Amino acid sequence: METLERYEPLVDDFEAFLDACRRPLPSVVRVNTIKATPERAKAALDEDGVGWTDREWSDTVLELDTDAPGSTWASYHGWVHGQEEVSAIPAEVLAPEAGERVWDACAAPGSKTTQLAALMDDEGLVVANDNNLGRLSALRFNTERLGVTNAAVTNADARNFSLKPFDLDAFDRALVDVPCSCEGTIRKNPTTLDDWTMDHVRSVAGVQKGILRRAVQATKEGGTVVYSTCTFAPEENEAVVDHVLDEEDCRLVEFDVGLDARPGVAEWDGERFDESVRKAKRFYPHHNDTGGFFCAKLEVAG
Amino acid sequence: MSGESGGGAGKTNVGQRFDRLPETADEREVEGRATRREVVDWWDDRFGVPPETFDGYTFWEKGKGKIWILRGEAPSPIRVEALGMTFLRTRQEHWKPTTDAVQRFGREATRNVIRLTREQARTFVRGEDQELDWDGDWGYLVAAHDQAGAPEPLGVGLYVHGELQSPVPKGRQRDL
Repeated sequence: METLERYEPLVDDFEAFLDACRRPLPSVVRVNTIKATPERAKAALDEDGVGWTDREWSDTVLELDTDAPGSTWASYHGWVHGQEEVSAIPAEVLAPEAGERVWDACAAPGSKTTQLAALMDDEGLVVANDNNLGRLSALRFNTERLGVTNAAVTNADARNFSLKPFDLDAFDRALVDVPCSCEGTIRKNPTTLDDWTMDHVRSVAGVQKGILRRAVQATKEGGTVVYSTCTFAPEENEAVVDHVLDEEDCRLVEFDVGLDARPGVAEWDGERFDESVRKAKRFYPHHNDTGGFFCAKLEVAG
Repeated sequence: MSGESGGGAGKTNVGQRFDRLPETADEREVEGRATRREVVDWWDDRFGVPPETFDGYTFWEKGKGKIWILRGEAPSPIRVEALGMTFLRTRQEHWKPTTDAVQRFGREATRNVIRLTREQARTFVRGEDQELDWDGDWGYLVAAHDQAGAPEPLGVGLYVHGELQSPVPKGRQRDL
């Protein structure tokens, strides 16, 4: 927990924040609308005797009163998928439409890929990329289990991703949910901060900048790019966005999710960022009883 | 690019890429490759899934006999790790649909659907074989049970000699 002390200047009610970080997460699933409506998924959970609670901000996110959401008929059929609540944010913010071409730059293990496909009614194309070959099997397992037929899986370094195999000039949208220091997942994985170092934060931030730049380049003019992490570190969040605002032709745009959030921070550790980074949102564990998360929405200018 | 060009006689399947299935036998260039029409007809003949179910989908072969289904189009050939979903195993005497394909498209099935009780369904998703009475054809069946008010496919089962075998892959098996 000491690692998190550095965020005391950013977080209101810091004790409540630390307390929330020590508690396990509620059990949350997303309804996979490729295979079932929320009503039908809830009926299946009822038949299983598993209690569920709606989440106000999304029709497809449910809290379950079981620690084993995978051990349900609804899960066997691929009607629900265990996915942490904040992890459902970026695909909703990207809001892809049926028939569009969408890039998921860091896709494994596929929770967000399958959510994108569902939002598109499984029409169009999701190019689900991951540079880690070992994680591709989980990605493929999840796309197939959830009945996704509009995804292509690639194994490349997102920083120099090529659209050539797809005969495409540009994507309509891109989701950039990058590898990060994962501080916000401490409720799921209490040892996640054991190996935390500032060196790792700096090195992963370099990779994040490269991936976000490539996503902006690979997205058409007027298209949308969503950048997200599950960490609190401004070095991996606002600083990355600030860098890409400088280097590429894009701008930050406002967005709304029905969850309690705080604006991005425009100043950190003696550094000032572009004021527009305040349009990004920070999600803290004690505000919505979730993991920690960061999300920024960009529009590609030219 | 040698060995990868599309046309010409005597072509064989190339393992590391996806090739789109020819529409019909007349357009077939790779020996033994299933055609789109054969694939769609097979689902109709075997399960009564209407051919128009697959309008808007394309079919691909990667790995000998492994057919994939993609919503929409892609350039052919294409070298990617996966394209849509694994769908059907061909190039063997009895074609075999995948568990995931039967879950996705088996709701449309009207033939060779075996309805299981909840207890039989539990046995099936544990990956266990069970003795069952079945008056219909032997071979691959859509195994289904009632879920939330309507029949829902569990996956593909293999019925032979009075026994329903469960080919549910290990990673998909559950103890429910």
